[in-house]
Amino acid sequence: MRGALRILVALALGFATPSARAQVPTDTTPRLTRDSALEARTSAVAAQLRCPVCQGLSIQDSPSELAQSMRALVRDQLAQGKTPDQVKSYFVSKYGEWILLSPPPHGFNLVAYLFPALVVLGGGVLIVLAVRRWTTAAPESPGD
Amino acid sequence: MNWKRATIAAAFVLPVAWLFRHGLTQDPREIPSPLPGNAAPQFSLAVFAPGQPPLERPIGDTVRLADLKGRVVVLNFWASWCLACRDEHTGLSEVARGYASKPVTFLGSLYQDTPGNGTQWIAEMGGQSYPSVNDPKALTAIDYGLYGVPETFFIAADGKIARKITGPAPPQVVRHILDSLLATTGSP
Repeated sequence: MRGALRILVALALGFATPSARAQVPTDTTPRLTRDSALEARTSAVAAQLRCPVCQGLSIQDSPSELAQSMRALVRDQLAQGKTPDQVKSYFVSKYGEWILLSPPPHGFNLVAYLFPALVVLGGGVLIVLAVRRWTTAAPESPGD
Repeated sequence: MNWKRATIAAAFVLPVAWLFRHGLTQDPREIPSPLPGNAAPQFSLAVFAPGQPPLERPIGDTVRLADLKGRVVVLNFWASWCLACRDEHTGLSEVARGYASKPVTFLGSLYQDTPGNGTQWIAEMGGQSYPSVNDPKALTAIDYGLYGVPETFFIAADGKIARKITGPAPPQVVRHILDSLLATTGSP
């Protein structure tokens, strides 16, 4: 009798298990880890977006209310499964490329990327020319 | 030798002069918006300030942009802490009253503010002829690419953003834009 009862209980548990298992979230990653990963992704995207009401601050660094709302929106969109590029595209579609702290390298924006390299190159050429001039002029100087 | 020096100097000076020319011919305060010409972002917001007859809408009523298709919509973002909003308030209210019989809907949207402050401000300003809605998390404001307040968007009858005014909207400019939008939609 006891054995039969045990079998019945085991069967009942066996039937109960799948439905109980269905209630458990499929993502077994601890919630804290998931939240901190989302926060890290939010910070990474927010650091690339300009705060519209600040001077040269990202929405990650700005304490303004608008920046906080924008950061919350970034978090929501990432939580919904959007990629960082899709989130940035959303803000570009609303504010234009101005909203990106690092402008994409095309068109006039290329100046920001190429100009420093050109200045360094030009400076190098000037130094080479000056050194060459000094070294060729030195033997002819009256002091020698 | 002089030619060589002149060429080197020009190689440095000309690009810098070109950059200065580019920078000096642009207004750094003017940030181009990609929105005009595109479909206006949809919104569904609750009225907190009813406005006055005949433009009145009950408090708590939900205003959906989708329901306003076929009408010209003037969407004005404002806040009680915004000084420039005081400059345009009376003018906008008067223009809205003047266009009450036309297929035009004026709507205020409260930005980064509380409905309590907004209601008090409207009372201090002597009322507002058109209703105002609340945008609690500024989601609609961000959807419209808002930089600050006041900003006014003109949404044509086809649902596209036709114009945007940054800063206080002068009544004569608002009338001019409305007349041209109504003329293109064939309204009297």
